[in-house]
Amino acid sequence: MALLEVSGVVAGYGETEVLHGVSIAVEDGEVVTVIGPNGCGKSTLMKAVVGLARVRAGSVRFRGEDVSHRHPAQSARMGLCYVPQSANVFPSLSIRENLEMGAFIRGDDYGGRIEEMFELFPDLGLRPGQKAGGLSGGQRQMLAIARALMLDPALLMLDEPSAGLSPAVMDMVFQRIRGINRAGVALLMVEQNAREALRMSDRGYVLVSGENRLEDSGQALLDSPEVGRMYLGG
Amino acid sequence: MEAIRDGVRRVGLVWTPWHTTGVIAALALAAGLLPFVKMGLMVNGVILGSIIALGAIGLTLIYGILRFANVAHGDYMTMGAYLALFVVGGVLGRVGIEGSGLGPFTFGYPVLIALPLAAAGVVAGAIALDAAVYRRLRERGVNAVVLAMASLGVAIALRGLVQIVWGGGTEQYPRESRQVYHLPMDVRIHPDALFAAATAVVLVVGVYLMLTRTRMGKAMRATADNPDLALVSGIDTQRVIWWTWAIGAALAAVAGVLLAVFQAQLLPIMGWRFLIPLFAAVILGGVGNPYGALVGAMVIGVSSEVSTQWLNPSYKPAVAFAIMIAVLLVRPRGIFGGR
Repeated sequence: MALLEVSGVVAGYGETEVLHGVSIAVEDGEVVTVIGPNGCGKSTLMKAVVGLARVRAGSVRFRGEDVSHRHPAQSARMGLCYVPQSANVFPSLSIRENLEMGAFIRGDDYGGRIEEMFELFPDLGLRPGQKAGGLSGGQRQMLAIARALMLDPALLMLDEPSAGLSPAVMDMVFQRIRGINRAGVALLMVEQNAREALRMSDRGYVLVSGENRLEDSGQALLDSPEVGRMYLGG
Repeated sequence: MEAIRDGVRRVGLVWTPWHTTGVIAALALAAGLLPFVKMGLMVNGVILGSIIALGAIGLTLIYGILRFANVAHGDYMTMGAYLALFVVGGVLGRVGIEGSGLGPFTFGYPVLIALPLAAAGVVAGAIALDAAVYRRLRERGVNAVVLAMASLGVAIALRGLVQIVWGGGTEQYPRESRQVYHLPMDVRIHPDALFAAATAVVLVVGVYLMLTRTRMGKAMRATADNPDLALVSGIDTQRVIWWTWAIGAALAAVAGVLLAVFQAQLLPIMGWRFLIPLFAAVILGGVGNPYGALVGAMVIGVSSEVSTQWLNPSYKPAVAFAIMIAVLLVRPRGIFGGR
């Protein structure tokens, strides 16, 4: 049984339909990347999985349970945590308060978990009282990821984790993401920077115009001349 | 200046060189005007400002989280004042609990009993109205203008309800006249006004502690910042919305009672009239920003009271509006930035 199983999902906003029946799967502990041209529905796919975009047909199953029509607040409870592409921190809250909000539904004492996050992302631990709105792009991305990790999720979903970051910061973010996966968290990523993401992925999907185009191992997609020409910039 | 700046930063407001200049200019203006301004008017302004602040903080919190201008906010104040009147006259009076002229104050302890009960009543009403009106509209995805228009309807309905029950005339809490305190610099201050200001200070501090120290308060700020991110973090935003209504309505109800005490009368239109200074304070401080609303309320309260030294008091709302427009021309998002 796959950890996450998306089958034939149709979704969109208002009158527009963005996904016309997309299917993907993520196994326990796996890294899966979805690539594709702009506007192919990558972000909508993420939103449909967490419940921010309504699933009109098809189904989303998490650990075998149908979660297609769950309220977004329920996803986090099930261990499915999501980092949006932009606006992924609470700018007027401090670093520590952002992490507290990540742990909102935890009934236990999560102080230890916050310390773990400060160890994983030492930059964040330096000034925990600083407002998230004043952080640099890289620090903000790390805070966004740390917030999503507060619940110790089984699946971490990252929408364009490298967007807007300098190459050095991007390398560091990818390095941290690898570390998170090694600790046993399955990853589902959407990435513009497809080469870097596919290199660390067990499997990848190519999405075009809201439909599945290709599915293969990360390495095979990197080696495929068609994928290279069309989606990896030659 | 350093102390002010640190304090402002600590509560999470933006502070730019513009603010340093602004504070210096405001202090210079105040110092220049001081010899010509009656201190009594300044004191009155601070008291009026603290009542405006109670309404404005709730209004700005509701805007920040529900993303619409609650035009009925003034009438929530009216409801608070009249519910307290009902408790004092219709409930406590019937069972023989009566009184006025408690210590230095004109009102009696029944008003103190009625204050939390009226607040609870307005809170219950606000949550019921959310369930009956606003929640349904939200779920249909209507925009902020439709929500504001719906609240205009609620405002008119509430005022109508007050007029049906109590008529259109003025009412009073049972009162006995009391001496005003004479302070140096020709300041005369009524004990009732001190009560109003002290109550406002306690509540504002309470709201500050709630927003910065409690789990629900932080969730409210998080939801105001980014509702979708709050949802996917597992925050139950419907509960956040109810808490927001509860805080906004409780503050409004208390502000209504305090205004009725301060002005020594209740009128069905009292809250509706108060809407202009409320919105001026909210916009001045930056919409959605509770600390900005507090500062905005003080600016509006003091300047509209002080203006009566030269202008007819009936121009007070116009003064509030003129200040708001003047500030917005320089800082379109309010003094401390907002949405």
